[in-house]
Amino acid sequence: MKSLLTTLALTTALTLPGLAQARPVTLTTTLSGYGGDGAYLVLYVTDARGAYAGTLWMAGDKSKYYQSLGDWYRATGGNPAQINGITGASVGAGQSLKITLDLADALFDAGYVLHIDAAVEEMRDSPNEIALPLTSAGAGKPVRGRRYIANFRYDM
Amino acid sequence: MIRALHRWPGLLALVLVTILALSGAALSVFPAAERLAAPQAGAGISVAELAARVQEAYPGVEQIRRAPSGRITAYWFDADTPGSAVIDPATGRGVASADPYPVQRWLTNLHRSLFLGDAGRMTMAMAAAVMLVLSVSGVLLVARRMGGWRRWFARLRGPWPGRIHTEIARVAVIGLALSSATALWMAASTFDLLPDGPAAPALPTEVSGQSGAALATMAPLAATPVAELRELSFPYPDDATDVFTLKTDRGTGYLDQGTGKLLAWAEPTGWQRVSEIALMLHTGQGAAALGLVLGVMALGVPVMGATGVILWLAGRRARPRIRGNHPAKRAATILLVGSEAGSTWGFAATLHGALTAAGQSVHVAPMSGFDPGRYPLAERFIILAATWGEGQAPATAKGFLDRLAALTSVPDAPLAVLGFGDRSFPAYCAFADEVARLAAAKGWARLLPIDTVDRQSPQDFARWGRALGEALAIELALAHQPMAPPTKALTLISRRDYGAEVQAPTAILRFALPEISLWQRLTGRGFARFRAGDLLGILPEGSDLPRLYSLASERRDGFVEIVVRKLPGGLCSGQLLALEPGQKVRAFVRRNPGFHPAPGAAPLILIGAGTGIGPLAGIIRGNRKRRPVHLFFGMRHPDSDFLYGEDLPGWRADGRLARVTTAVSRGAKPDYVQDALRAEGAEIARLIRGGARIMVCGGREMAAGVAEALADFLAPAGLTPITLKARGRYAEDIY
Repeated sequence: MKSLLTTLALTTALTLPGLAQARPVTLTTTLSGYGGDGAYLVLYVTDARGAYAGTLWMAGDKSKYYQSLGDWYRATGGNPAQINGITGASVGAGQSLKITLDLADALFDAGYVLHIDAAVEEMRDSPNEIALPLTSAGAGKPVRGRRYIANFRYDM
Repeated sequence: MIRALHRWPGLLALVLVTILALSGAALSVFPAAERLAAPQAGAGISVAELAARVQEAYPGVEQIRRAPSGRITAYWFDADTPGSAVIDPATGRGVASADPYPVQRWLTNLHRSLFLGDAGRMTMAMAAAVMLVLSVSGVLLVARRMGGWRRWFARLRGPWPGRIHTEIARVAVIGLALSSATALWMAASTFDLLPDGPAAPALPTEVSGQSGAALATMAPLAATPVAELRELSFPYPDDATDVFTLKTDRGTGYLDQGTGKLLAWAEPTGWQRVSEIALMLHTGQGAAALGLVLGVMALGVPVMGATGVILWLAGRRARPRIRGNHPAKRAATILLVGSEAGSTWGFAATLHGALTAAGQSVHVAPMSGFDPGRYPLAERFIILAATWGEGQAPATAKGFLDRLAALTSVPDAPLAVLGFGDRSFPAYCAFADEVARLAAAKGWARLLPIDTVDRQSPQDFARWGRALGEALAIELALAHQPMAPPTKALTLISRRDYGAEVQAPTAILRFALPEISLWQRLTGRGFARFRAGDLLGILPEGSDLPRLYSLASERRDGFVEIVVRKLPGGLCSGQLLALEPGQKVRAFVRRNPGFHPAPGAAPLILIGAGTGIGPLAGIIRGNRKRRPVHLFFGMRHPDSDFLYGEDLPGWRADGRLARVTTAVSRGAKPDYVQDALRAEGAEIARLIRGGARIMVCGGREMAAGVAEALADFLAPAGLTPITLKARGRYAEDIY
């Protein structure tokens, strides 16, 4: 069980809309027992038009594997500035990743979508493993990923 | 220095390097197995054809990958359920599971990180670095041991652990160096120390907005043979702005899903290409046969580890701790040691102990640490120097000659040099000779003339010790026993006496063969196997110092025979000559492979004087194959010390001895064995040109006279005793 409490200076794209308010949000990702090495996961947000808005967390510290997180890599070019200070270890099969972030209120109910790309060595890449609109109503409701994530939920 | 660089990293990282090598060897099998198991694409098939076939079989296909082994894997979604399989390119259909083998995954994680994450990766990268250091230092050591690069694969000599260690190393080192160097490259890449990141082209800003182009019609895919494919990713089904991503051996690009046109392309950087080659060479992925070869070479690592530890322990045992070593600046006697395997340190320790007991202050140090400025109180220098290989400096004397040559003024305190070596090698004590020569040339005063110790002979060392004691005006008894071999009690069964009338009382002593244990019989140790020319060590009563005598019989004779002359005041020879049948002495056998007749039918020329006839008589007695043997024997008077005089006629009669020439030194016309040789010079030169081998046994002066005589009449044939020695055709046993 990984538990992280991080107060973030998020990228401008994420902080600008919420000039006033932010609140702690806990993101919990539990992996299935897929039978492979630790998974690289990246959590990031796109805006209402589908444009990349910013990264919330990168689980996995070897940049040479980031290209396997296909969507995120294409959106950011693997730019290390996007994940500076918000990088942790990869997550083993069957394990959970729990992170708590201060997210701007304006991110919710405004068309923003939270994405998770996943990749495992010697196994298929899974970009867009999860794509979940950020809404106040959606908090606390677990969703299932396409390949590696058994369930994901965010709590406010 | 190089030896230390080889020894310590090797010992410290032994376990890690062994894990690396064994797991690497096991992993080397997988690429070859994958290559054999994977259905291979036909030569003409293009990526467009392959992708179309796969898409037909799996409409939800997302990605097609091709491994360097040729194995093609497809990933797809079928009604939101992910699927994957190894694809037969001929049909586009799955034929096997694409899941990784658990065993391979386990081995890979052990091999690169010991299951310990980044800390483990760094540990294993360090182990790879150690492996590289061991490879490089090992190469230098092998070159030095063999006597040059051109002799890399020459025949190996010496005890078995070193032989096996070198035998494996000189073949496997190329693979180990390659594997460890590529491992370090890969580790550096993993830790982002190399600018070899992927070069992906910028995502195109403009796409056609259409979708549904037929794969078979996409020109870039049709132009790419499957053999070059690495990965083809399909666009998201409902996203018209998404693109195909194609990765091949030549680069990465994006294709419009509506038009099939190439939108962007980027080629790998030079760094990336090097990293790919490193990966291929290290894993064998894409070079399966090389991988197998590297795997087999890696299997040599545990054997080299084990023999390396044995070598180290043997050297350590031979190198005792020096207790009470004085600091350099407070010692009057500076004892410098040049040792390769460590045995010379044993002699140094004995000398240090004896000098210290005599009230001297002694500093012992390796020759390589020689620095004249460090010895303000030095009254004398003593150098004990072994020789390595073909006359090179031993390990602890590296750089000594250069430093000595560079001195503007040598120390005032005088110097004694004692060389350690083996007379069966052509370069006997060559390094010690060079040290003494250079010291003399630099004007370094001499404490004692240079002397030598042959095959760790305790007698040689004790004799030199007496000379040193005289020079220092102290009583110095050096009793050094290199290794205490287990002794056996030998019972005298008969003795024949000679030489009393010529003041050289000598006896041929024959002992019963002692009981031999089954273990000795199986391993050929001790008295279970000995030949004429080997040495019999005898421990006299009242001394720990064994005396060595040449054996005049072999195991098959069923008895142990030596020839002993009574030396004035000699403790051991006195006891032996007083021995009556039925009495016992304690003795052991020491091999002396340098003084055996080489196998073959070539004629033997045996030359000896006095007790030197012992091993020669043993060789003649054992000459059951009747090879031609010509014996030259020097004595004082035929009526008194004609050793084996009674046996020679019988050996001649049955063909074991072809000819005997004797030389008598006391008589009307004094005649020495070298004079007898000269008289028959033409005949001997003819025999030698025809391949005859020469064996000389006896005193130093006689041996020198013999070598001189031989040199004279061999010169016309372009031969010298030295060239014959180097070819193993001229053996000496001198005392």
